[in-house]
Amino acid sequence: MTSTETRSYPGARGPDRQRRVDAGGIGLAVHEWGDPGAPPVMLAHGGFDFARTFDVFAPLLAEAGWRVVSWDQRGHGDSDHAALYQWEADTRDALAVFASVSDEPLPVIGHSKGGSIMSQLAAIAPGRISALVNIDGVPSSRAMPDVQDHDQTKLLADELAAWLDHRRASATNARKPGTIEELAERRARMNPRLPRQWLEYLVTIGGRRDPDGWRWKIDPSMRMGGFGPWRPEWSLHRLTDISVPLLVVLGSEPEPMGWGTKTGDIWSYLPRGSRAVEVPDVGHFVHIEAPEAVLEIALDHLGRPGARP
Amino acid sequence: MKRVDLVHNRLPLALWELRPGQGRALLLLHGLGERTHPGALEPVEPWPGPVYGLDFTGHGASGVPLGGGYYCEVLMGDVDIALAHLDPDSSGDPGVTVAGRGLGGYVALLIAGARPALVRGAVISDGPGLHGGGPSPSTPVLLRPEQDGSTPDPVALLELATDVRPPDYARTYAWQASALSGLDTAIAVTAVNRPPWLAEVAAQPGVVETDLPSALALFAQA
Repeated sequence: MTSTETRSYPGARGPDRQRRVDAGGIGLAVHEWGDPGAPPVMLAHGGFDFARTFDVFAPLLAEAGWRVVSWDQRGHGDSDHAALYQWEADTRDALAVFASVSDEPLPVIGHSKGGSIMSQLAAIAPGRISALVNIDGVPSSRAMPDVQDHDQTKLLADELAAWLDHRRASATNARKPGTIEELAERRARMNPRLPRQWLEYLVTIGGRRDPDGWRWKIDPSMRMGGFGPWRPEWSLHRLTDISVPLLVVLGSEPEPMGWGTKTGDIWSYLPRGSRAVEVPDVGHFVHIEAPEAVLEIALDHLGRPGARP
Repeated sequence: MKRVDLVHNRLPLALWELRPGQGRALLLLHGLGERTHPGALEPVEPWPGPVYGLDFTGHGASGVPLGGGYYCEVLMGDVDIALAHLDPDSSGDPGVTVAGRGLGGYVALLIAGARPALVRGAVISDGPGLHGGGPSPSTPVLLRPEQDGSTPDPVALLELATDVRPPDYARTYAWQASALSGLDTAIAVTAVNRPPWLAEVAAQPGVVETDLPSALALFAQA
């Protein structure tokens, strides 16, 4: 191992504390930044990400006076790999992390899938969330393949067969090893707007160095682009149930990992009193491309515990 | 009953040989909360070939996933693991006929649509879990049932009783089974009940409504 095997990124800082939470037998890695006595804010990452993708954003929140608590979702980052993955299970896992912080309602920021799960939680268990910032985590019907289309029968059949083939092999699957640069290159295909230096930094915290090279820690049995009867409208309908203060932050530029949701797509589903903000010239990873701007928007919504009267 | 130990992803999966034989196998899928048992053989006694039963994940002698995360497509994956064991030849000859009760009937539809070259007919019968969570999401509940490793896993009972089954989603699988299997009749509905997904499936071309003996006679020759 040489010194070239670590990477840094301007403004990135690892967590101040790390611990584990047991969620029904699944061990979750919890990462915290900031004064342990400060008021807590929960941070939920997106699919195929991990808590330390907040290594720039979380320290900014901590400096603003928050105790920032994030966790690796099952199968992601340093959390246990599970036998099964599904959003309801992620929601139950999240509650176990919440319970390890406080019994009181907590403010939450969620990105992408993390935003969706937290919106779901806000609708199902409003007593656990005091305010919610959802960063590009509102699915809309844009860019979603319509599996109901008659013409796509063969296409769907191929997709299903590929999924089943993957399940047949997943017990013995391993992620492909490579150099830091190679893993960053692969990730860049799904994160084309993010700086290469950031992606290489992510490899060194979201990957592990095996004798034959670096591998992402994420469970190789997970597969992007699932299928099933789920419809984006269902998430939109759930949105209308939310009673806690809700702020939706969207990026203006479409990206492969995002749903491409625009303010106009969700306008009629936003509950009374909630807001949607579109940040210009950024993609799906709004808080990574524009951490300071998202910080200001989030603090306007959640408050500034560090501010002196 | 002889147990065949399989693995789906990281969990043990129990396939039971209910009756040995030659030719096309009949694979029985139990309902929600049930397990394969020797009595399951009696109603399908006339089947000419071997008869097997599969314990779904979280049921019978199969494994329990910590923290749950069940959905019907995972159970479809269970069946696919059994298919890989029963019929490694993808030519569809002799193929496997799949017959399910309740939840197992819905899963039989899914696998018939997803593996049309391997599945020679799917039978959908009444049984626990036929309805699922209905055609669209209902009021969500957030329960965290305790798991102790025993089956049926309470998390399976919760999650597989509330999974949403839109009629047009089910219809897509029926279409695929009909269009891609090469069978004139790909699906037989012997259930009396008609939850919305099954009413839609029953109305599709390539689907017959009949009784179990007729369905078995049909698929034994298909």
